[in-house]
Amino acid sequence: MFPTPVERRSAAMQATYKALVPVALILWLLPLLMVALFSIKPDSDFTQGNLWGLPTSFAGFENYARVFTDSAMPRYLLNSVFITVPTVIGAVALSCMTGFALGVYRFRSNIWIFFMFVAGNFVPFQILMVPVRDLTLNMGLYDTRLGLVLFHIAFQTGFCTLFMRNFIRALPRELIEAARVEGVSEIRIFWYVVLPLMRPAIAALSVLIFTFIWNDYFWAVVLTQGVETQPVTAGITAFNSQFRAAYHMMSAGSIIAALPPVMMFFLMQKHFIAGLTLGAVK
Amino acid sequence: MTVTETPAPRPPATGQWWRRNQMRVAPWLFLAPGIAFFALYVIYPIFQSFNISFYRWDGLGEPVPVGLENYRQLLDDRAFYTSLRNNVKWLLLYLLAIPGGLFIALFLNQQIRGMRLYKSLFFFPFVISQVVVGLVFAWFYNPAIGLFNPLIGLFGVAPMNVLGNPNTVTYGIIAAGLWPQIAYCMILYLTGLNAVDPEQVEAARLDGAKGWKMLWYVILPQLRPATFIAVVVTVIGAMRSFDMISVMTNGGPFGSSRVLAYYMFEVSLSEYGFRMGYGAAIAVVLFLIMMVYIAFFLWRMWREERGY
Repeated sequence: MFPTPVERRSAAMQATYKALVPVALILWLLPLLMVALFSIKPDSDFTQGNLWGLPTSFAGFENYARVFTDSAMPRYLLNSVFITVPTVIGAVALSCMTGFALGVYRFRSNIWIFFMFVAGNFVPFQILMVPVRDLTLNMGLYDTRLGLVLFHIAFQTGFCTLFMRNFIRALPRELIEAARVEGVSEIRIFWYVVLPLMRPAIAALSVLIFTFIWNDYFWAVVLTQGVETQPVTAGITAFNSQFRAAYHMMSAGSIIAALPPVMMFFLMQKHFIAGLTLGAVK
Repeated sequence: MTVTETPAPRPPATGQWWRRNQMRVAPWLFLAPGIAFFALYVIYPIFQSFNISFYRWDGLGEPVPVGLENYRQLLDDRAFYTSLRNNVKWLLLYLLAIPGGLFIALFLNQQIRGMRLYKSLFFFPFVISQVVVGLVFAWFYNPAIGLFNPLIGLFGVAPMNVLGNPNTVTYGIIAAGLWPQIAYCMILYLTGLNAVDPEQVEAARLDGAKGWKMLWYVILPQLRPATFIAVVVTVIGAMRSFDMISVMTNGGPFGSSRVLAYYMFEVSLSEYGFRMGYGAAIAVVLFLIMMVYIAFFLWRMWREERGY
């Protein structure tokens, strides 16, 4: 263990450390705590200059309820769901197949196709922006959720393929060889032998892609524009101009917009971190 | 790739084409949908952007070929240089996320009660969308309502309007961007530290190594895979910075916080008119900068693959 475990230090050191960790955490999350505090304050606190003190009354329920009743936020959240979920399904499905093909078979162009996916995944969005927007317009999908979903699926396939291929490479090959000797067809090998083993990878990728897509802002602004289609990251701007200078409302809105990936993270922590740190250990 | 492919023993010629050719055909069947999507939405557009950068085009009418005119204009464009300079600032300062993340990981790599929860809470700025991080920090810096000024006041620093001052605005946004990025690097290092060989550490300890020496000579070499990934994701993150600039300042004040990614968007799709050709030229510059880096990454990967 490095650094030296505190249990091996003096009692005073241990006590100091245990006190220091929560203090550090509070400092670390300070900007967020400020917003959380704002979100439960009544309007009057702001006009009376009681910014960072305790709220004079608890207005949390009121503020958060108003986000849902007085604004288009529910619509934006729903749009986000309808954009994120199909993207996750599509990208994971495509990359299970590409990952399988690149991880299991040996053929000459294998590495080059793999590199194409990896390189494409690192490309700056701006080099794609004008043509993708134009393509989406020409397909009649501009300002639709489907247009956004199709692009997201395509782009995420790059990262997902990298992930899946490396995962499949690490699976025991004997299983596949044995199935082949038995005369099982390649498609059945994929479906019955490899796919069940990929469950942890599928879980990890799903959580990661969910977060990436939910948090996407750039493509939402480029490919959609109205309350009917925009996800919550883009909608929050409209929300904030509706509640201009009403900091308690803007804070509550931001927290709601940020919440789904946070919940996803806390529920699926193990998978999330496994996905994120793939390759950080050899 | 040590295992060589043994072709499936073919059943006596049943005449079924699929049975005989499936080993060759199957990979392409599995690849087809993925490659088709990726080619249409990622690969082909890259070439299209290169092409568009030689035209003047408002996105609707007929594109007018102008040769290298867009690039010539870039050379005289002060906003372009400002953006480029800010990109360099982003890149260099964003790399601070790596030692920052390492520092927090070392601080938290202990086993006290509730440590798991502490680690998750330290990490979770990364899960929040950059848009919300941007908003949160914009309010944090806000001279009227933010905690930032009272906080620096404790150290005797005069209040300032971080995002309103062209000299501080980019640093203010980068600091906000570092927040989730440090969290990301922290989790990479925590995972790496978990895999550090305890026997080596104990052996080094017996040899009298401790503190910095231990970190530098024993721990960091073992953390190299984590450091590599941290560098990769941090560089990409720095070059992709867009959301926060858009949310916190819209590139202002007076365009002083633009970066290439933001300036390109502004030129192509803003109220000042759609200059797709010029935007594409900026995107090409950004792409070429990134390409140097992507090539390095692929080269490293290729070397590793060969060693398989």
